[in-house]
Amino acid sequence: MSHETYYVPAQSRWPILASIALFLLAYGAGTLINGLKTQTGDTGLLLLLAGAFMMSLILIGWFRHVINESIDGKFSPQADLSFRWGMSWFIFSEIMFFVAFFGALFYVRTLAVPWLGGEGEKGVSNMLWQGFEAQWPLLTTPDMEQFPGASAVIDPWHLPLLNTAILISSSFTITLAHHALKAQRRSALILWHGVTIILGIIFLFFQATEYIEAYQELGLTLHSGIYGATFFILTGFHGLHVTLGTLMLIIIWLRVLKGHFTPDSHFGYEAVAWYWHFVDVVWVGLFLFVYVF
Amino acid sequence: MNTMTKVEHTEHHGPAAGISRWFYTTNHKDIGTLYLWFSFAMFLTGGCMALMIRAELFQPGLQLIQPDFFNQMTTMHGLIMVFGAVMPAFVGLANWMLPMMVGAPDMALPRMNNWSFWILPFAFAMMLSTLFMDGGAPNFGWTFYAPLSTTYAPPSVTYFIFAVHMMGISSIMGAINIIATILNMRAPGMTMMKLPLFVWTWLITAFLLIAVMPVLAGVVTMMLMDIHFGTSFFNAAGGGDPVLFQHVFWFFGHPEVYIMILPAFGIVSEIIPTFARKRLFGYSSMVYATSSIAFLSFIVWAHHMFTVGLPLMGELFFMYATMLIAVPTGVKVFNWVATMFRGSMTFETPMLFAVAFVVLFTIGGFSGLMLAIAPADFQYHDTYFVVAHFHYVLVPGAVFAIMAGVYYWLPKWTGHYYPETMGKVHFWCSFVGVNLTFFPMHFIGLAGMPRRIPDYALQFADFNMVASIGAFIFGFSQLIFLVLIIKTIRGGSPATPEVWDEPEGLEWTIPSPAPYHTFTTPPEVK
Ligand SMILES: [Cu+2]
Repeated sequence: MSHETYYVPAQSRWPILASIALFLLAYGAGTLINGLKTQTGDTGLLLLLAGAFMMSLILIGWFRHVINESIDGKFSPQADLSFRWGMSWFIFSEIMFFVAFFGALFYVRTLAVPWLGGEGEKGVSNMLWQGFEAQWPLLTTPDMEQFPGASAVIDPWHLPLLNTAILISSSFTITLAHHALKAQRRSALILWHGVTIILGIIFLFFQATEYIEAYQELGLTLHSGIYGATFFILTGFHGLHVTLGTLMLIIIWLRVLKGHFTPDSHFGYEAVAWYWHFVDVVWVGLFLFVYVF
Repeated sequence: MNTMTKVEHTEHHGPAAGISRWFYTTNHKDIGTLYLWFSFAMFLTGGCMALMIRAELFQPGLQLIQPDFFNQMTTMHGLIMVFGAVMPAFVGLANWMLPMMVGAPDMALPRMNNWSFWILPFAFAMMLSTLFMDGGAPNFGWTFYAPLSTTYAPPSVTYFIFAVHMMGISSIMGAINIIATILNMRAPGMTMMKLPLFVWTWLITAFLLIAVMPVLAGVVTMMLMDIHFGTSFFNAAGGGDPVLFQHVFWFFGHPEVYIMILPAFGIVSEIIPTFARKRLFGYSSMVYATSSIAFLSFIVWAHHMFTVGLPLMGELFFMYATMLIAVPTGVKVFNWVATMFRGSMTFETPMLFAVAFVVLFTIGGFSGLMLAIAPADFQYHDTYFVVAHFHYVLVPGAVFAIMAGVYYWLPKWTGHYYPETMGKVHFWCSFVGVNLTFFPMHFIGLAGMPRRIPDYALQFADFNMVASIGAFIFGFSQLIFLVLIIKTIRGGSPATPEVWDEPEGLEWTIPSPAPYHTFTTPPEVK
């Protein structure tokens, strides 16, 4: 292992500015959401936008700073490894975030809903809504006035299947691009990376189409009971992660065009590729457990 | 590589002048100090809330505060102590000590380290601001069970949710930094099985943090969706289940209690060998026991939910799995006692706190075993017995260990010995106060006094009065601690590099106070 002197950056203004931006984002979001019902969320929206704007500027500045340090050769192989550990554990934390929602899905499917329908050891809860029958996907909720169920759910074998193919292929194309980067085949790198971005955007477009269909034609909404709730929280947070991943892919593509990466020094590239594989794997879980089964 | 080394050498200066040092710092010692002071401020804030609770409970009837405000106090007290006092204190100690213990120049990701800290004051400003909002602060208990925290929550719950998100971001980044430091920044020759136990316990704690803080983020997000966006995660009318909240919460919550105690185990395992003048008994068994506790912590969560209506198999599984934890914990207690056995012991303040930790934490552990027995828990659930149990593991447990650590390392940080007599006075006042406060709670709990209620039946009056007196003794004796720390920072007899009588570890090979930058060239560990 290398033990060159470790680069400890000098004082930095970015973190505290980022804390202020995060505070504005959070406080703004809270005020906005609390004002939704009474239409008094304007200050909240303003704070939220200010926070988002500030945070974007900070992220650009902070990353530019780190990129310049990297170009100046300040990061030893040991520092590189610190970044790798950092990114790996960050992705692990993201996985655990999805685990919470998958856990909720499995719990309601295998325990809560059957119990409400009178099955199993806690089937006594059926007395709350007598006559309620357990089914999954849950189209008829116990209280249809409060939570009107959906008329149908998304057919997994159309758009979702297509999206699965798209996202899995994008994992392959990013790997091809990464290999091209290591083999110094620049045009192949730019091409395959560009294809990955396009696949990501198509995926997002199809997800948006699917959401519109769910809301307008199927009555599958956030309000439509626990199926809609788990469906939208899982696919929604996944969609947000794909959006973030696509943004990262675009930024890293621009960096490729600027020639920031060399075959033996391109951690930023790899980190984005790892992240992209992560959203891909989560999608496979979604496809199987939200759409198909 | 050579250019890099040159850049590095311009770095060899002391701290920047002025207040901006604290805002912009990337130095692990500065950030450790910030964490520790923040934690102490939160400890006093949460402590004032506890004293308000104890003042109201001094006698039966409603005297000082309204029930709704009482609920806000219990909620905020719990949240502030868990997320604002105990956790940041351990992160502060980690920041100060881990790089020095593994022979690293700093934490692995110094700028992110600063960010982890500076999120916290903003998160807690937001959390505390809820006290002044319409409808008051969160009043649903620190466990924020749905539907109390959803259907029946005050509007400020939205800010509470975002504050929890911010704390989560801070904790996850802090934990990532700690793992990267331990795995990647060790000096040559510092193999994993040579790591000091404080480092080992923090490694495992950081893993737990990264595994469960996102789950906490998930559960508050589901709350937010239920409250504002019409979902029915925790509402059976839509096919959801309020009990689902408890499952997800305690999947976070049980590992969380180990997050608050494993670093304490580490600190005590550092201190006892020094003052027993013996090597730690059973080093590797300590490592394996800590790992087993961490593993088991993921499969015991429903022991908090025995009375909620679980299937019988669930009750049995979670009961037996929970009791299993007593085995590795017993190994640890045995090892500490065996370390002290026939040691040439002296009882300076850190050792007093550490020995008190072993005894009093074990009491908390035993009451935990009682609570783990599902049929018995039906009697204890939601009584003061539970309050007594977790305060025994958290106050004379986690908090005493933090104080022990502060006394143990204060001479290394400041370069001065603290006034020993004053430290001992602080210890004995705290010791008496803590036991007066929490021991009677076992009795009133077993007799059936429910927790989180501002009034109580007459037969509980005497013990409650004792508990309240104890709480004020404990609370005010922390001012001794504050004065002692300020005095020690300002001056005192100069500390030697070893500080104590031949303690083990790299941190004792460098001068006291520890220079602003340590181990810029890694030491050789044999
Ligand atoms: Cu537990």
